[in-house]
Amino acid sequence: MEILQLIVSGLANGSVYGLIALGFVLIYKATEQVNFAQGDMMMLGAFIALGLGNDSQLGAPFWLACAGAILAMAAIGWTLERAVLRHLFGQPQIAAMMLTIALGFLLRFVAGAIWGHDPLALENPVAGKTLRLGGTVLGLDEVATIAVTVLLTGLLYLFFRRTRLGVAMQASSQNQLAAYCMGIPVRRVHGLIWALAGATAAVAGILFASKGSIDPGTGFLGIKAFAAAVIGGFGSLPGALAGGLIVGLIEPFASRYLATGYAPIVPYAVMLLVLVVRPHGIFAQVHAKKV
Amino acid sequence: MSVPLLEVRNLECFYGPVMALRGVSLDVPEGKTVAVLGGNGAGKTTLLRTVSGIMDPEKGEVLLSGVPIAGIEPDRIVRSGLVHVPEGREVFPLLSVEENLEMGAYTRRDGGVSEDAAAVFDYFPVLRERLRQPAGTLSGGEQQMLAIARALMARPRIMLLDEPSLGLSPVMVRDIFAIIRRLKEERGVTMLLVEQNATMALDVADFGYVLENGQIALDGPAERLKRNADIREFYLGARTVSPRGDRRWKRRKTWRS
Repeated sequence: MEILQLIVSGLANGSVYGLIALGFVLIYKATEQVNFAQGDMMMLGAFIALGLGNDSQLGAPFWLACAGAILAMAAIGWTLERAVLRHLFGQPQIAAMMLTIALGFLLRFVAGAIWGHDPLALENPVAGKTLRLGGTVLGLDEVATIAVTVLLTGLLYLFFRRTRLGVAMQASSQNQLAAYCMGIPVRRVHGLIWALAGATAAVAGILFASKGSIDPGTGFLGIKAFAAAVIGGFGSLPGALAGGLIVGLIEPFASRYLATGYAPIVPYAVMLLVLVVRPHGIFAQVHAKKV
Repeated sequence: MSVPLLEVRNLECFYGPVMALRGVSLDVPEGKTVAVLGGNGAGKTTLLRTVSGIMDPEKGEVLLSGVPIAGIEPDRIVRSGLVHVPEGREVFPLLSVEENLEMGAYTRRDGGVSEDAAAVFDYFPVLRERLRQPAGTLSGGEQQMLAIARALMARPRIMLLDEPSLGLSPVMVRDIFAIIRRLKEERGVTMLLVEQNATMALDVADFGYVLENGQIALDGPAERLKRNADIREFYLGARTVSPRGDRRWKRRKTWRS
């Protein structure tokens, strides 16, 4: 079944977009800043995992390399907020936007300087293996990507719904003034949100580099994930994932059934269409305050 | 006399070049309710925001049981027992009523939270019925009740209430003030109450301050303020008629002439 293969590969790519979009939305909801370096954080996370795990590099076991990359990206995210973004608090949004765009260039340069500009693959246990389902052959890497994304989504859901810190993160993104008044340490929460966005980016990067290859320019994938976040409704976490999956699903079908060269346009055309029909995105949590 | 629970000394505060507070001093004794009256732009909200640490003062001191708290982080101020209910029913709209209340107890690590929730429902029974509902779907009055209830969950030593009557129907205003009175009388909650509705505020308060242009223009026990002719005319809406029979129509511009 060719359709099934297209769907699985679309969902796998979409998972990666969705996880990057999740990082966009996490940071935007909490701090009202848009982190345009989110894609580049994904790329850096992948490179750190690769640098730790690949045999030609440090050669640590795969799982250890993954854990290391996730922790390192969480630390990098936290540090960025602490050292840079916090000082832009209360400044116009455009300042943070420019700064994160510059940050993206910086991360690409750093990654290029350390690991070079040629595509590298992350050595991992599922690469090249296949899963036979009835008459269909599926890439194990793609199935694993989807599974990991589902698992991470579930964990994040539990974290935001069940833990005190998770609810406090929601609270401070919904009403910062009230959060301050209730004694929620809003600034520390912002730092933790950046750490979480960094960790999510690392997972996205590991998944992406496991089923293909990575080079410093991969960070531009962030733009596609940004479109996904907009389609899903910027500000909604389930929306970000759904937007990612939608973009991911569109791509393989567009390139299969449309003339060559038109396929890359489709996700953005869908974004325009969504913006015209539902300006807040598909899963927008629009809440008009009662006055 | 013992040290007042909250002391504000010569507080000065700016919004950029605009001076919002020009040396405000006031005391809130333990167990008492103090009202701050004043028109729009008098500096009432600024005063509360500075006391609760959301804004930093330029000059002056805020003492909670004699300990300076001006300029420190708001979460540490909440931990030390001062909770601010901001103006305009600031709830967490997408969280449920229950989660909102949990957030009120965010700074607490003791086990008495569920006990306190039960006590809070005693004052606000409607919240128990709405426990699972997102706070944004409550009516305005219910949101105000939730905001006060949420602050009580922090088990504060002193509660700052900013315009609890703002934008509510007269019936709802009466209900809210009845609850405020019960909190004061039954639980001995110390309150600093900012209001434009002077009648309601002076009824429940023990002591009052009139804030004008960022300065205290007048202060005194609530009973005395209620009888003050200027307060009666400008805040309570009473008509004063001069011996000659014509109404005073040219208002005194300020309290300090």
